Amino acid sequence: MKVQTAFALAAAVLVVLALAPLFIPDYWTGVLLGMTGYVTLATAWALFSGPTRYVSLATVAFFGVGAYTVAVLNEAMPYPMVLLCAAGIGMALALVVGLSTLRLAGVYFVIFTFGLAELVRQVVSWWEVNVTYTMGRYVFLPFEGRHIYWQLLALAAVTLLISWAIGRSRLGLALKAVGDDETVAAHAGVDVTRIKLLLFVISATIITLVGAIQAPRWTYIEPSIVFNPTVSFMTLIMALLGGAMRLWGPLVGAVPLFLLFEWLSVSFPDHFSIILGLLFILIVFVMPNGVLAKLEDLRKGGRA
Amino acid sequence: MKYSIAEAARAARRLTTCATAAVLAVMVGTSGLQAQERDKVTIGYAVSKSGPNAGGADMTVTPNYELWVEEVNAAGGLKLPDGRQLPIEVIAYDDRSSAEEVVRAVERLATQDEVDFILPPWGTGFNLAVAPLMAKFGYPHLAGAAVTDKASDFVKRWDSSFWFMGGSADYVNALTEILIAEREAGRINDKIAMISVADGFGIDLVKAARPSFEGAGFDVSYDKTFPPETSDFATIVNEASNSGADSFVAFSYPPHTFGLTKQAKVASYNPPVFYLGVGAGFPVYPKIAGGSVEGVMSLGGIDPDNELNTAYRAKHEDVVGRAPDYWGSVLIYASLQMLGQAVERVGLDKAAVAGELSTGTFSTVLGAETRLENNQLRAINWVGQWQDGQFVAVSAQGGDGKAAVKLPKPAWE
Repeated sequence: MKVQTAFALAAAVLVVLALAPLFIPDYWTGVLLGMTGYVTLATAWALFSGPTRYVSLATVAFFGVGAYTVAVLNEAMPYPMVLLCAAGIGMALALVVGLSTLRLAGVYFVIFTFGLAELVRQVVSWWEVNVTYTMGRYVFLPFEGRHIYWQLLALAAVTLLISWAIGRSRLGLALKAVGDDETVAAHAGVDVTRIKLLLFVISATIITLVGAIQAPRWTYIEPSIVFNPTVSFMTLIMALLGGAMRLWGPLVGAVPLFLLFEWLSVSFPDHFSIILGLLFILIVFVMPNGVLAKLEDLRKGGRA
Repeated sequence: MKYSIAEAARAARRLTTCATAAVLAVMVGTSGLQAQERDKVTIGYAVSKSGPNAGGADMTVTPNYELWVEEVNAAGGLKLPDGRQLPIEVIAYDDRSSAEEVVRAVERLATQDEVDFILPPWGTGFNLAVAPLMAKFGYPHLAGAAVTDKASDFVKRWDSSFWFMGGSADYVNALTEILIAEREAGRINDKIAMISVADGFGIDLVKAARPSFEGAGFDVSYDKTFPPETSDFATIVNEASNSGADSFVAFSYPPHTFGLTKQAKVASYNPPVFYLGVGAGFPVYPKIAGGSVEGVMSLGGIDPDNELNTAYRAKHEDVVGRAPDYWGSVLIYASLQMLGQAVERVGLDKAAVAGELSTGTFSTVLGAETRLENNQLRAINWVGQWQDGQFVAVSAQGGDGKAAVKLPKPAWE
């Protein structure tokens, strides 16, 4: 009954958000679009990195692969097929990467994923320079901001649904065990590598799709545009701010941070980076476990 | 389980509050703007003030925007057809070298700030990223710092877009003409050593250069692409030197241009034709090269006898505090002058301004009769060469505002 209420509420919010572009100016649609993109990225990121505590900086590797797939294929096949292809490529890449690296732990994994993003970018550049002789591709798809926004919104809803479903399944329980202590989890009969791989692939596929869906917005794609490492860092920071261990954590982190970035770039275009840096320091000091955890602490403190 | 439901409810509530607040803010914001009386012209732009594109934007684009606005305002403001003058108010954003940011900034300028005109960002990629929006909102798009061979296609797609920097094929073909003349004069052999940076700019030019050189009967005996991070050019210069080519052509970016120059001096590599990419036309280039750069060739160039241009350069140095580069700056500045004159003739209606830009004739720093052909500026200096401390526009024979190219290049000092 309560689950049903929550679902009804979520559906109502979804409908409101979906109808919003019909009533608000294009700029606010653009803001909603960017925000939905990051909510999806952060939620997908937390899907894998939250419970396992494997901090991944490979977000932009998959994001960029998705965008590039659209750039290469958008004139060769119908759009839904292009998206399917992008998802397939992202999945395959995640499988290869996951199989070869998920035995790495801790800081080695972080370094590897950061390297992966750069590796993918260099491979794409090399391919374009030496094989296809084109640098810079055009995406001419008849999409306006709101079309892209609707697609992202649908993907965000699906991502949250997946995250929710995993959280209450046996898989989620196993994941929590892995996050707490891998060795203990393995002894208790959890197939650690398989679970990590599965989650990594799901998360990476969603991230690839975000890149693919957003690509038509830029018209022109080249490696330096789509493999922008800022995407990885923003995703990470948003998820951590909200709390990567919770279903709504990444959303709660992404929405205010995105609005904050937007406000900063409007109000302080020349001091953006300085203010941003100070804010991050503040966040890390004041609420290292995320907003939701901080709220809980405050509430408990209030009662006691 | 209870927890996540409670959390869901809370988050949902927060979200709806946010959305309502946003909608309310927008409604209040737009209704407030309507009633104002026009006492100024607002011009907005988003350029890369930070991130990897900041260097290029700060050399070619932003100083010229600032210079032009300051000049217009010092003269009393933009002139309108009825003789009134309105000061320009600028709204400037930083796109932080991100394609998504530049797109949203233009949306913001168009629908939130409701500026009268939007000036373009720096770079081919970013100009293309905003082109569909500029067309959608009806703003004339004066794509300045964007080199593209597809300008004619883009004009068909977005008829209020204007392209001021030509395409790769233009630059390469002008160079090929000079090389053919030199070969006929017996000053160079038919071999070319060519290198390019693996980036949008380098690849686009090298793609145009291969067929152009080979079609003219040249043999590209050394053809190498290097990654943008490259900082050591010893091997490349060595191999180019060993290739037996009399012409060295590098489609490089400033760091590589500077590095190649230094390495060529160290290795005493002094081919008759020494052509470099972006950076060789920067005013600081002779200082970086450490001495005379006589004979070095690159893209762009100016006509030193053009008094308008000389005055522009002096003014730029005066207002901005440094000299403009010898390639894109003057083109950007000319595009702004055209915008100002179009407004003076037809007023602030965006479609009328676009029409006037397309068909009118303007008096700019490039000359008294500057006009666009099929929405593209074609009166561009494609090849330049350092001659007597100036980076001048050259062609094989000279004339028409261009000097005759002086080859072979003298030895490094």
